[in-house]
Amino acid sequence: MAIDLPTASRPPRVAFYNDPKIRSVAYQLALCVVIGVLVYGAATNAIDNLERAHIASGFGFWNENAGFDISQTLIQYSSQASTYGRAFWVGLLNTLLVAGLGVVFATVIGFIVGIARLSSNWLVAKAATGYVEIIRNLPLLLQLLFWYNAVLKALPAVRDSIHILGGTVVNNRGVFLPRPIFKSGFGIVEITIAAGILASIVFYLWARRRQERTGEQAPLLWTALALIVGLPLIVAAAMGFPVAFDFPEAGRFNISGGIEVLPEFAALLFGLSIYTAAFIAEVVRAGILSVSRGQTEAAYSLGLRPGPTLRLIVVPQAMRVIIPPLTSQYLNLTKNSSLAVAIGYPDLVQVFTGTVLNQTGQAVEVVAITMLVYLTISLVTSLLMNLYNSRMALVER
Amino acid sequence: MTMAEGDLAVTELAFVRRAMVEPKAPPVATKGALFWLRTNLLSTPFNICLTIVIVLLLAWIIPDLIKFLVTDAVWTGDNRDACREIVQHREIGACWPFVWDRLPYFIYGSYPIADRWRVDVFFLLLAIGVTWLLWLRAPRRDLGALYFFVILPISSFILLHGWDAIGLPTVDTVLWGGVLVTIVVASVGIVVSLPIGILLALGRRSRMPAVRTASIVFIEFVRGVPLVTVLFMASVMLPLFVPEQFSPDKLIRALVGIALFASAYMAEVVRAGLQAIPKGQFEGAMAVGLSYSQMMRLIILPQALKITVPNIVNTYIGLFKDTTLVFIVGIFDLLRTIEVARIDPHWATPVTSTTGYAVAAIFYLIFCYGMSRYAHATEVRLARGDKR
Repeated sequence: MAIDLPTASRPPRVAFYNDPKIRSVAYQLALCVVIGVLVYGAATNAIDNLERAHIASGFGFWNENAGFDISQTLIQYSSQASTYGRAFWVGLLNTLLVAGLGVVFATVIGFIVGIARLSSNWLVAKAATGYVEIIRNLPLLLQLLFWYNAVLKALPAVRDSIHILGGTVVNNRGVFLPRPIFKSGFGIVEITIAAGILASIVFYLWARRRQERTGEQAPLLWTALALIVGLPLIVAAAMGFPVAFDFPEAGRFNISGGIEVLPEFAALLFGLSIYTAAFIAEVVRAGILSVSRGQTEAAYSLGLRPGPTLRLIVVPQAMRVIIPPLTSQYLNLTKNSSLAVAIGYPDLVQVFTGTVLNQTGQAVEVVAITMLVYLTISLVTSLLMNLYNSRMALVER
Repeated sequence: MTMAEGDLAVTELAFVRRAMVEPKAPPVATKGALFWLRTNLLSTPFNICLTIVIVLLLAWIIPDLIKFLVTDAVWTGDNRDACREIVQHREIGACWPFVWDRLPYFIYGSYPIADRWRVDVFFLLLAIGVTWLLWLRAPRRDLGALYFFVILPISSFILLHGWDAIGLPTVDTVLWGGVLVTIVVASVGIVVSLPIGILLALGRRSRMPAVRTASIVFIEFVRGVPLVTVLFMASVMLPLFVPEQFSPDKLIRALVGIALFASAYMAEVVRAGLQAIPKGQFEGAMAVGLSYSQMMRLIILPQALKITVPNIVNTYIGLFKDTTLVFIVGIFDLLRTIEVARIDPHWATPVTSTTGYAVAAIFYLIFCYGMSRYAHATEVRLARGDKR
């Protein structure tokens, strides 16, 4: 049986300027025209201004001789022989070095403080809260200047260097660590370490399978420690410790030997780690609080103690909430490392946007390259983050 | 299941308690200081260790801090000799006479002394505006918003920069400095970033592809690079992009950089608020025949902004701290004036730097902590409305 549907009445006629489709096209056209005019104006002005200042645009400067020194270089670099391009790589590597180490330290401090804020120990919780509140509410630049000018630069001069246990020397020229020198037999120790790591992985797989089958747990941490640290130590001892240390020696005016850590680097690493750790602590705290109380109670009622409850029940679930903001904190740390320019650590911005820009005058190219580097780091990280997120997301019905 | 089978099942279990457990002794005390100490500080051996470590740490830091800031501090003096260990023959803490001496410089920078009343008036006008907006029971808060976002910026510009026609001599921005610049940069960032941020957030959620793409590109670009590079771009590239005769002065360039940067972050905060509004609100608004702008203005944004207030304030705290970065492009904000003053030979002593940084720390701590308390209070107030 067919039902006669009422024929749809025609939509009322509207004036063309009230038609949403036409309006949307018009708005977008207007936006494109405005952006186009702005870009065109900026480009023509830039060309005019550059011509007036006699600056040839282009990336030709990349292969020109740099002619300035950099205080910390991870790759071969000299002011006479190296190009601006080489200086760029030196700066980029210095940025990555301080960011990489900063991420490690900030994570460790941040997790400790974040968990401490939730401690049942009143004093510990209050101390952690105090740390977070003070550090988060002070500008990073102020903290960096404080560490650099008021702490590291105020250290005694070379002749009155402070000697720390283990042969480390600290003075106002930086921190000097003992440099290990590996003798001929050290290769065997290295092989033992590699074998230890491999054996630990095998042991981990075996232990996991056994736990799934029988429920018995194996002392994973201690076994791995014994295999990776203990075994090589025994081998090294048997071979008479084939490693020597080059200890830094403080003279009257100069210091020789050891690994030199620039005060700029130490201040930047210290400041960045402590600052970012306060933010990571908040992220960790929020993540742990997001795991419902019932999970902890259920674990306790199964007889798990607080330690294993945290490790096996709470943290794995909290990680799902913690990881995305944690990544953005890592990115913030990387971007904040550009404050190096204020205390003179030769990072990408200080070397490239500072010295190279001043010497070549190629503002547009230099700033564009620098921004592109940071953008690439950000975008690649967010891409990896999205992949991770889609893997970790709760599978719901 | 028969009785026998049930018994069998019980005997098969590894352990079944058959006798009563001895009752434990009642707890010694369940209130009082001792009980509090026992549960909060000394509950387990590990906790006892932690407590001892923290107490030692505090015992190490706090007396030194008090010694430096108060007991060993120098309170009066005319020059650096007052704060030198070699001259005074005692341990020297903070050098406060240095701060008293340089305080006008920290507040006004090099602003002409005869015209500094203008800065004071600006601070007063700003304080009125902030109180009007933040004090919830203030009368006519709509007028307050108009005052803060329209009248205040215009009058402050005339007041600070000067207008010869009404007898206020022009003061070049090169002379501005200290707290004045910090407050100006922060206020401009705060006032400009919210409207632009809202527009960008709406653009990012728009159904028009060109608008959406433009918003996304802008937001992601700015958020992907450090503020330092945005400021460098503003200070070295902006003059290239405009005709030579309109080349903006240094402070304006930095303000543009800060405003763009803050807008992109604000856009993401507002977008999060917009996403939290249920779809029914949009559909309801459209069903009663509201246009897009009416829907946003009357239905969506009031709700979205309300739940975003704590996050907006947090962004403002970040912005306030970030204003210190104008230091790097050569503008004399508070931190820069302290940097200049601390190496001035008239006051140069080993403690001058630390004293200067302590002043800056107290200043930023008061402002940022105040803002974060406000955000927290707002959060609590808003949560109260949702609790039924």
